[in-house]
Amino acid sequence: MRRAVGALLRKDLLVELRTKEAVPAMALFSISTFVVFHFGLDRSSLDGSLAAGVLWVTLLFAAVLGINRLFVAEVEQGGFDGFLLAPVDRTSLLVAKALALLAFLVLVQLIAIPAFAFLLLGPSLWQALPELLAVAALADVGLAVIGTLVSAIAIRTRARDLIVPILLLPLLIPVVLAAAQATAPLLALDGAGPLPGRWLAILAIYDGVFGLLAYAIFDFLLED
Amino acid sequence: MTYGKGLRPLAALTALTLTAAFALVFFFAPLDADQGFVQKIFYVHVPIGIVALVGFMAGGVFAIQHLRTRDPRHDLRSYVAIHIAIVLALGTLVTGSIWAKASWGSWWVWQEPMLVSFLIVFLLYACYTPLRFSIEDKERQARYASVFAIVAGAFVPLNFAAVRMAEAYIHPRTFATTGGGIPGDMFLTFLVALAGIGLLFVTLWKYEMASKNATFKLRALRRTLAGDELAPARRSAAPTL
Repeated sequence: MRRAVGALLRKDLLVELRTKEAVPAMALFSISTFVVFHFGLDRSSLDGSLAAGVLWVTLLFAAVLGINRLFVAEVEQGGFDGFLLAPVDRTSLLVAKALALLAFLVLVQLIAIPAFAFLLLGPSLWQALPELLAVAALADVGLAVIGTLVSAIAIRTRARDLIVPILLLPLLIPVVLAAAQATAPLLALDGAGPLPGRWLAILAIYDGVFGLLAYAIFDFLLED
Repeated sequence: MTYGKGLRPLAALTALTLTAAFALVFFFAPLDADQGFVQKIFYVHVPIGIVALVGFMAGGVFAIQHLRTRDPRHDLRSYVAIHIAIVLALGTLVTGSIWAKASWGSWWVWQEPMLVSFLIVFLLYACYTPLRFSIEDKERQARYASVFAIVAGAFVPLNFAAVRMAEAYIHPRTFATTGGGIPGDMFLTFLVALAGIGLLFVTLWKYEMASKNATFKLRALRRTLAGDELAPARRSAAPTL
């Protein structure tokens, strides 16, 4: 399985490297959304829970773009058929796609979080960078797992682009909630507060439960 | 399949239990000291909320059975359970909103984790029908809907845990472990109301299953009689056997 995952992941990253389809669009979308928030809120600097909310809502919507595109190449160019013909464990597709999505999300955040700090954030980003990275890592795993599952469900439906957001947003509310709550004290104006551990625990539980669940039922989405 | 069997006594029992529940609500249960008459909505609001959540979970369990056995009847069971639970969930939101207006003074209270969690769960399950509707192949529709039902079923408790942690709750902790909880006669009334709504759910579920099965049999008979001239069935979100 490890070899299959490696091959699929390499393929996805190579395709992204050559077409540059998902990550630049997601990053650009995030930056545009920060600008929209600046005008929508009429604030030139944000801090605390407002900053955390704007950051995570933007990252969530940017993730929706990538999740929409995740399986498009497999359907349009016969990737599914090729994969199903290969004598490998089908779950390796889930693992590879989730890892690819995770890589995209990390790349987008490497651009979007500094851009957020530059454009909107009042307090310094440096005051709690390690804690913020921990929150982002846990939230990204949740986004990647649920995103891959929803993308695989939606790709074979007629209203693909509509099904992804309406399924994804309710499912990801706990992730956004926990990530925003955990980030809020880190971005406080008067120095970073302590990282609330219980939100990290919620994120970890969410990642674990849905990771196992996706692992168990992903096979059923690939049977034709 | 004989879902109609035993439906009549079950319906009678449901009517009896619900009547008894309402009689207890209005003539037996004491008026709440703080909220007065408005508190009586509790005997409708909480049972339909609980039954709706149990219905969602039951839909998930049927979906697991469907994926394990590939029997489309399990998919139908899951579909009908989720369908009725969505209606009950809508009822929970409406009664909860009325109660919130009466006792907290506003129709919607964001600080209230139960209300918010319920809204999120409702929004998620509201996608169930559109998802089914947008998949044409019946076998794939059933499979994907089952995957959705399992994920959503697991999401329900996690979501409640996450949202509850987020808010300092003002919801009455009715069955609190410390400090009294609710008096015995109120609790008895609540239990009867819960049993009544639970029976109502089972009755509606059996009734809908019987009706769907009758429709399928009728369609099969028509097809035998009319041959291929019969117009194809409308595209629908409901499973067919």
